[in-house]
Amino acid sequence: MIDIKDLRKSFEDHEVLKGINLHINPKEVVVIIGPSGSGKSTLLRCMNMLEVPTSGKVVVDGIELNGEANINKAREEIGMVFQRFNLFPHMTVLENITLAPMKVRKISKEEAEKTAMELLNQVGLADKAEAYPPQLSGGQQQRVAIARALAMKPKVMLFDEPTSALDPEMVKEVLDVMKSLANKGMTMAIVTHEMGFAREVGDRLLFVDEGQIIEQGPPKDVFDNPKEERTKLFFSKIL
Amino acid sequence: MSFNFDLVIQSFPLLLLGAGITIKITALSVGLGMIIGMFVGIARISHVAPLRMLAAVYIDFLRGTPLLVQIFLIYFALPIMLDQRVDPFVAAITACGINSGAYVAEIFRAGIQAIDDGQMEAGRSLGMTWVQTMRYIIVPQAFKNIIPPLGNEFIALLKDSSLVSVIGFEELTRRGQLIIARTYGSLEIWLSVAVIYLAMTLAISRLVAYMEKRLKTS
Ligand SMILES: Nc1ncnc2c1ncn2[C@@H]1O[C@H](COP(=O)(O)OP(=O)(O)OP(=O)(O)O)[C@@H](O)[C@H]1O
Ligand SMILES: [Mg+2]
Repeated sequence: MIDIKDLRKSFEDHEVLKGINLHINPKEVVVIIGPSGSGKSTLLRCMNMLEVPTSGKVVVDGIELNGEANINKAREEIGMVFQRFNLFPHMTVLENITLAPMKVRKISKEEAEKTAMELLNQVGLADKAEAYPPQLSGGQQQRVAIARALAMKPKVMLFDEPTSALDPEMVKEVLDVMKSLANKGMTMAIVTHEMGFAREVGDRLLFVDEGQIIEQGPPKDVFDNPKEERTKLFFSKIL
Repeated sequence: MSFNFDLVIQSFPLLLLGAGITIKITALSVGLGMIIGMFVGIARISHVAPLRMLAAVYIDFLRGTPLLVQIFLIYFALPIMLDQRVDPFVAAITACGINSGAYVAEIFRAGIQAIDDGQMEAGRSLGMTWVQTMRYIIVPQAFKNIIPPLGNEFIALLKDSSLVSVIGFEELTRRGQLIIARTYGSLEIWLSVAVIYLAMTLAISRLVAYMEKRLKTS
């Protein structure tokens, strides 16, 4: 589903990604962990070209991400959820969710609203359709953001620390939505600090440090028997 | 010193007519300036380098030369190039509108840049193009933020529109001059003219404050 070959990214002369090779299979849930500044967000953002790689190749669902047309095409298939939600504050929840399907997929308003209501039901917010984002709690906003991304019917979902900006009591409601999404077979790449969630939901765990994938494998194996010194060090600090 | 109140009262209706014309050219010029300013402001931050440069040249030229000279260029110099007379009304609105466009462009640019980058990223990540994201997400939010500076621009232009009196266009200032030529009542007429300008600018700033409040609560 996602194929990344020798991906490098520098900001000025600071190399943040130092040759990443990664293949994500359909329906696979890949969880990415690592210290702050290790390049996790940059890696994720290269998967939909919000960050343009310095070199290397990214292919999503058979579309190579090069050139404006291809990138827009691929983005239709890649949903992204941000740490700070990034909902459109001047639009109602319903309008937030229906805008892109109508403008990009050219779906009729009726159909877009029908899909939006189904998704809002799914994330437990059907009663908030007419609310504006600033009126919602953080957890509610993030669930709307997930529904907004899903409304495009993407084949892959990217999550960049979706619960890091939330009060502790709201983390679970968002993780639960993500869990049910994983159970339905969505392909997902998730950057998170929620180790319990990573262990439970991830098919594969990726430990990233200083712009490289240091270690990867089934979450239980990596958590219980880390092989690399840097992974052990990281776990000793956070667990 | 003598102050002729009768002259003030007699001249007032004529001056108010002039004020009406001042409002008309200001409104039309601001309208033109808004359209120009929106496109130039967006061009100024687009990722197409030639567009960006053109917009920068436009803004620099119009903000770096006096409006009076721009009015002369359009009213006296342009006809020589076109080999055709330019109507004073058209010249006045074109000069003021093009000039205002440069200031509005900078207001728009600042308003757009004040919007969180995450908004553009969210729009783009949903597959929308840069233009679609600008149109449906960024510009509508920028509009809310730029109402106060746009109001200031409206006020500045209303005052600057007095400059078009030099090409004989009969707005408020020109009316005043014409009445003085007949009556020699400099003191009475210039004071009246000043009071009318003041009333108009105060009214506009009140209106802008009201709109700002309405938008904030919505
Ligand atoms: N737009 C940018 N310009 C310059 N440097 C950047 C930019 N974005 C990221 N960086 C730098 O790249 C490095 C990796 O950043 P990145 O955000 O990918 O890390 P991260 O692993 O997501 O960290 P965190 O856990 O804190 O979110 C950091 O040193 C950061 O300062
Ligand atoms: Mg990050």
